[in-house]
Amino acid sequence: MSTLSLSSGALRRGGLAAAKLLIAIALTLLGLLLVTFFIGRVMPIDPVLAVVGDRATKEVYDAAYKALALDRPLTVQFWIYVTNVLQGNFGNSVLTSRPIVEDVIRFFPATLELATFGTFIGVVIGVPLGVQAAVHQGKWIDQVARFVGLLGYSAPVFWLGLMGLLIFYAKLDWVGGPGRLDVAFDDLVDPVTGVLLIDAVLAGEWEVFTNAFSHLILPAAVLGYSSMAYISRMTRSFMVEQLRQEYITTARVKGLSERRIVWGHALGNIAVPLITVIALSYAHLLEGSVLTETVFAWPGLGSYITASLLNADMNAVLGGTLVVGATFILLNLFCDLLYRVVDPRAK
Amino acid sequence: MKLSTKILTGTMLAGVSLAFALTGAVQAATPKDTVVMAKQIDDIISLDPAESFEFSGSEAVGNIYDRLLTYDFKDVSKIKGQIAESWAVAEDGLTYTFKIRKGMKFHSGNPVTAEDAAYSIHRAVLLNKSPAFILQQFGFNKDNLADRVRAPDAETLIIRVDKPVAPTFFYYCLTASVASVVDSKLVKTKEVNGDFGNEFLKTNSAASGAYVLRSWKAKESYTLDAFDGYWAGKAKNKRVVVRHIAEAATQRLMLEKGDVDYARNLEKDQIIGLASNKSVVLDSGVKGSLMYLGLNQKNPILAKPEVRQALKMLVDYKSIEENILKGTRVTHQAFLPTGFLGALNDNPYSFDLAKAKELLAKAGHPDGFSVTMDVRNVSPYADVAQAVQASWAKAGVKLELIPGDGKQTLTKYRARNHDIYIGDWGPDYQDPHTNAETFAINLDNSDTTKSKTLAWRNSWDIPAMSKKTLAAVEERDPAKRAQIYLDIQKEHQASSPFVVMFQQIEVAAHPANVKGFIIGPSFDVNLYSQITK
Repeated sequence: MSTLSLSSGALRRGGLAAAKLLIAIALTLLGLLLVTFFIGRVMPIDPVLAVVGDRATKEVYDAAYKALALDRPLTVQFWIYVTNVLQGNFGNSVLTSRPIVEDVIRFFPATLELATFGTFIGVVIGVPLGVQAAVHQGKWIDQVARFVGLLGYSAPVFWLGLMGLLIFYAKLDWVGGPGRLDVAFDDLVDPVTGVLLIDAVLAGEWEVFTNAFSHLILPAAVLGYSSMAYISRMTRSFMVEQLRQEYITTARVKGLSERRIVWGHALGNIAVPLITVIALSYAHLLEGSVLTETVFAWPGLGSYITASLLNADMNAVLGGTLVVGATFILLNLFCDLLYRVVDPRAK
Repeated sequence: MKLSTKILTGTMLAGVSLAFALTGAVQAATPKDTVVMAKQIDDIISLDPAESFEFSGSEAVGNIYDRLLTYDFKDVSKIKGQIAESWAVAEDGLTYTFKIRKGMKFHSGNPVTAEDAAYSIHRAVLLNKSPAFILQQFGFNKDNLADRVRAPDAETLIIRVDKPVAPTFFYYCLTASVASVVDSKLVKTKEVNGDFGNEFLKTNSAASGAYVLRSWKAKESYTLDAFDGYWAGKAKNKRVVVRHIAEAATQRLMLEKGDVDYARNLEKDQIIGLASNKSVVLDSGVKGSLMYLGLNQKNPILAKPEVRQALKMLVDYKSIEENILKGTRVTHQAFLPTGFLGALNDNPYSFDLAKAKELLAKAGHPDGFSVTMDVRNVSPYADVAQAVQASWAKAGVKLELIPGDGKQTLTKYRARNHDIYIGDWGPDYQDPHTNAETFAINLDNSDTTKSKTLAWRNSWDIPAMSKKTLAAVEERDPAKRAQIYLDIQKEHQASSPFVVMFQQIEVAAHPANVKGFIIGPSFDVNLYSQITK
């Protein structure tokens, strides 16, 4: 009996925490919506132009103005928008003539694929590089890491992308060109998840898989490079701090192998801040890969939101921003959960 | 330590080799029978011919749909029948009769009839989207359409306009993509809430043209399949894929790699770069788009005739054409582009500092003045604007450039809040009235006017010229009509607040073995059907 009441109490507490969390998420999203909405309305771009174009007559213009509810007060416009969103209706995009939800479902997986792969490259190379740089402070590997990091920080992604294309695509013929697939492979695989690599595997189309991979590797490497630069630098500074700690000296005195000390003890201890760094970098790639998407003609969410913004296609901007915002929140949540797994103290 | 260095190196090597192992066998040239183009197509918002009015969308529509009439691409003055086999205008100048070509079929298999042609005009007028004015200017509205545009039988279409105009003016309007003939039987089944099938036609086709729309993925690509039963002969290729590649440099790379057959948006740098590549050929065609400066007459300095003249003399046309626009635009200083009836091909202005200074002194600004210009922050507008800034400075005119995105500068321009605007104007159809109307008519200079032409946008109040330009459209003798336009252009060139500078040349680069792309004079007649590879 007592155990039961205890567990129901825990359940209640858990439920309360979940409810709090949900309210916080909802408020964050609402805040995001509010800010984006009003920024959109004060922008010096006429949203009607996006609908009717440059040459429309006054009647056409006025009709579109009314259809967009721009003749109503701002607060009313916002209210209309929020009530629509709550019913799952994000409106239609002017630029693609489709519901925003469909657009997001089409463009987001492409960005997800690119950002995930980019972050993967960033982590796989950045973390070991950062660790090595910290262990061998001042030695050649540290210098190399620093140089690589600096380059990753300062070289414009745009330029890196074009150079990459010139070398690996045009000259060496190692990778596929811009776009997600060669034309010959277009439409061979039905979209299930939207992530081409996964869809190709699901359909058992290996040629499509390799082709998609060959198109993905270069933009992902370009994105991964900047992410790697950030991750390796942060890893290095976390590690340097850890290696100065007393428990490292103790471990050495106890005769543990250097390898275990570095990769087991020290790295384990920086796991939590490192997860944050990786998550931040991932989130950054998810929303900020516009230039890469442009150079590589990658039909992703970043370029979608940017193009929409430049055309005052506000429904699309709001929808896209909301997705990015929600992803941030989810990533944060995921990080919180991960902390608890890797560091029991966080509980 | 050494071990961990090995781990690091190992991880990196494994990653890199895995990547390249996977990509080893991928290179596939463009499939035979499929023509692939790299082009900026992110301006498409709809592929419904009654709505599409952007450059890329109109090009696609032009390859998918047939119209009643078209014209010879080499000689625009020759009007040809497409869906109409013959056409005539009655003595009164009001009633036009078209006979429909026999045996034509839509992609669906439905026969093409006069009812389809009538429905298509009704539909475009009633939908009232951006290009609808091209048809509405003949007085059609929802109350009179049934009477004015009708099909007494399957082969006859009768159209009655509200006042006699130059017949060619009416015919050219029917060659515009808004007058494309849609498959009315099919479209009627797709109607939702009285939208005339607009939602459906945005992303699908119901046409009789050389191609069927297979798919349009906004900002990504569109794909057209050749229509087997095309009346004028099946296209010489099976499929055309147009991919959105924003970057000119990337387009060039893909072309040289053989991943695309055509690069459509090359800029000066790429064109020069390609000159050394013997396996690439450049096709070009003169287009109707004009690049011009609009000087807002609300600015009292710009409203002085001497200042307007001086500014026209301070642009270094030759140097800009050679150094910035090379191969993509050619100097042209009148509002009718070369190729149009009555086009004035004189270029009286060239850089003349002494004369300009004299004029400025006469206007009371011997030391120049300060003024701003709104500029789209992309090539070549920004570069041309900078060149103008530099040459104006020589006469003391301090030009401040205000960079902005295209929609932003346009918003300001439409609201008449600019000093100077640099931009392009492309004709809406092949009759001179299209440009004459916008550059030389301003019937009401008030802020609330209905007709917001370019002359209005620059607050240029011209009752006399407006009257003359309006009369030109009613002149039914082509030679006399051409002369009227020549006169108006001469006057316009001397006094208008428009510094018309360059006419566009469209360039398409392709490998030598790929041939047959037709670059027509208008943006909606770039035709794919004769391309072979």
